[in-house]
Amino acid sequence: MQPFTTVTGLAAPLMWANVDTDMIIPVQRLVGSTRDGLGPYGFERFRGRPDFPLDQPPFAGAPILLAGENFGCGSSREGAVWTLMGMGLRCVIAPSFGDIFHANCFQNGLLPVRLPLGMIRRIAEAMEASPGNARVTLDLGRQEVVTPWGEALPFAIDARKKQALLEGLDDIALTRQREAEILAWQARDSAARPWAWDSVAG
Amino acid sequence: MLDRGALPRKTGRVDDDRMTRTLFAKLWDPHVVADLGEGWSLLHIDRVLLHDLSGARALAEVAAAGHALARPDLVFATPDHAISTAPGRTGETFPGGAAPLAGLRQRARETGIRLFDLGQPGQGIVHVMAPELAIVLPGTTLVCGDSHTCTNGGVGALAFGIGASELSHVLATQTLMQRRPRAMRIRFEGTLPPGVTAKDMILHAIGRFGTAGGTGFAVEYAGAAVRALPLEARLTLCNLSIELGAKMGLIAPDETTYAYLAGRRFAPRGAAWDAALADWRRLPSDPDAAFDADHWIEAGDIAPQVTWGTSPEQVLPITGRIPAPASAADRAALDYMGLEAGRPIEGTKVDWVFIGSCTNSRLSDLRDAAAMLRGRRVAPHVTAWVVPGSETVKREAEAEGLDRAFLAAGFAWREPGCSLCVAANGETVPPGARSVSTSNRNFVGRQGTGARTHLASPAMAAAAALAGAITDPRRA
Repeated sequence: MQPFTTVTGLAAPLMWANVDTDMIIPVQRLVGSTRDGLGPYGFERFRGRPDFPLDQPPFAGAPILLAGENFGCGSSREGAVWTLMGMGLRCVIAPSFGDIFHANCFQNGLLPVRLPLGMIRRIAEAMEASPGNARVTLDLGRQEVVTPWGEALPFAIDARKKQALLEGLDDIALTRQREAEILAWQARDSAARPWAWDSVAG
Repeated sequence: MLDRGALPRKTGRVDDDRMTRTLFAKLWDPHVVADLGEGWSLLHIDRVLLHDLSGARALAEVAAAGHALARPDLVFATPDHAISTAPGRTGETFPGGAAPLAGLRQRARETGIRLFDLGQPGQGIVHVMAPELAIVLPGTTLVCGDSHTCTNGGVGALAFGIGASELSHVLATQTLMQRRPRAMRIRFEGTLPPGVTAKDMILHAIGRFGTAGGTGFAVEYAGAAVRALPLEARLTLCNLSIELGAKMGLIAPDETTYAYLAGRRFAPRGAAWDAALADWRRLPSDPDAAFDADHWIEAGDIAPQVTWGTSPEQVLPITGRIPAPASAADRAALDYMGLEAGRPIEGTKVDWVFIGSCTNSRLSDLRDAAAMLRGRRVAPHVTAWVVPGSETVKREAEAEGLDRAFLAAGFAWREPGCSLCVAANGETVPPGARSVSTSNRNFVGRQGTGARTHLASPAMAAAAALAGAITDPRRA
C-alpha cells in the first residue's frame, strides 16, 4: 500500500450527494482490467459536462476531492478506489461514506476524511473563488485539514488505520503474525461447533 | 456450545450485555479471534463465496503475492457476473468474460476450492447458490467480493460484502479486520396486505430511511410480518440492506429457516443437525436486548412499491404520483428517467422487463411472476426476460412448467446469471429504454448506457410486461 503522510494541493469540488461506485467506474471497465490503468475511465460519463470539474483545468489531476454525503455508496468494487487514485487523487473529504468504499480506501492509501457538509462547502467555495491558487493541506500525522484560508480543522481517524496509512502497512502481513491465535480459534470452534466444519469437509 | 471462551471484553456498548444480547452480537462476538482495540476485531470468516469477477481476481492476486489459501475447504465459487445468459451459452459466448472464467477455473483446480461451473447444479448467482446449497448456515460468518452478500443474512448468518484487498486477506488468513458496526432493528409489525411482497417492504424502508439510513449499522429485520415470510422472501428483504447503506442485514433463524435448510447439500446431517439446531435456537435477539437504533413499520400500511428515480430511495407506492423535485439531484433523476412531476407513476409506458438478479430470481419469485400471466401475452412493444437465479432454480421451474408458461406469454427464458442487473456480460437495456426490473439498483446506466430502470417486485414486473406499462399488480 502507498503510504500517506501529508498532501498539499488543489481540492476539486464535486458536491453531489450519493456518488455511487458505478458512477466512479462502470463495471464494464472492470472486466479483465488491472488495478493500474483505470484512471482514464474515471467518471467517464460525466466528462465534458460543465458541472464536472475533474477533466479540465484547474482541477484535473487535483490530489484532493471535496464530495457530498454518502460518497462511494453501492457496489463493493475496489476498482472505484483504484480509479480515483489513477486520476491522481490521494484524499476524499466528504460528510459520510459508503461503508465498503470507506474500508477499501484504507487498503490502498486513499485517505477518506469526514468533515461537516457546511465546512466542505466553504472549502469548495474558496477553491472556486480562487481557482488554481487556493490550496488545501492534509496532514495525517496531525490529523488536520488546513483550509485555503489557513484554518486547521481536526478530523478523526482510528489509530490503527492512521498507523497503517502512515507506514503503508500490509494487513495480510500483520494478520499472519497471529497465525497461532487463528489456528487455536479454529481448533476450539471445530470442537464446539463441529457442524459448522464437518458439513463442508472435502 | 456457542460459548467457547473467545468472547471479547465488554466495551460498555448496549448490545454487549451477555444476558440481553442481539442476534448481531451473538453472531459477531463468538467469531472474534482477537480484539484489536478501538472497536476493531480480527473476525473469523466461516465461508467465502467467489464469483468470476472479484473472485477470479482475488485468487490471482493471492497467488501473485505468494500466499496459499488458508482454508480452501471453506471457499465456494461460481461464475455469474460476466457470463452470457443466452440459451445455449458457453463460457465464451460473452467474449469479455472468457478470460476471468478461465482464470477462475484454473485457480479452482490449483487450490482445490469447490467450483460450480456452467450447466452444473449449484451454478448460479452466488447469493442464490449459497442458501440453496446450505453453504451459508445460521450462526456462520460469510463474505464475498460483492455488496449484495448481505442477502445471505436472511438465514441468520453474519454475511457482508467486501472489497478486493479484504477478500485477499480472507483467502490468505481466513480472517478479516473489521470495526464492529452498530446494531439497528427494523420491526415490520402486523400483516402484509395481499399482493405486497418482501421487495415492497424493503423498498418502503429505503424510501423512509434513505440510502444512507443504515450506514455503519448491521440491520436486523424483525416483527410479525418478517416471521411470516418464507425463507426466500427473507433473502430478498436482506438483499437490499446495502441499498439502505448497511453492509449487513440479518433475520433470526426459526422453524422456517430450519425447514428450508434441512437436507440441502451442505447442511449438517444426523446428530450434527441436532447439535446445530440446539446452537441456532439460541441465536435470536433476547426479548429485552437493546439496539443502537430501533425502528417500527406497520406492515399493513405498505403498498406495492416502484422506484421513479435513479436511487433506490426515490421510490413511491404504485398508487402515488411522481413527486415534485426537492433538489437538483431529484431534477436530474426526473430528467434522466424522462418523467414529469405530478403524474401518476401507474400507466408509464414500459419497453423492457427483467425478472432476475440476486434479489428476485428464486423459484418463489418466478412463481409469483408466472401467477400474473393467466394465459395473457407480453405487450407487443415490450422485450421481457426471465433469468432464473441458478441452474437448480431453472430445473425446478422447468419441472413445474414455468418455462413453458413464460415462453407462451412471450417472455425469453434464459440461463442463470446476473444478466441485466449488472450489465457486465454484454446484456444491456438499450439507451432511453424504460425497464421494470426486479433487481436492486436503478443507478444511471446500471442496466446499460441511458437505460431507465424502475425497481419492483416480480409480480409488478410481470404485470408491467403484460400491460406494457407500470401497473398495480393487485389489479392486473
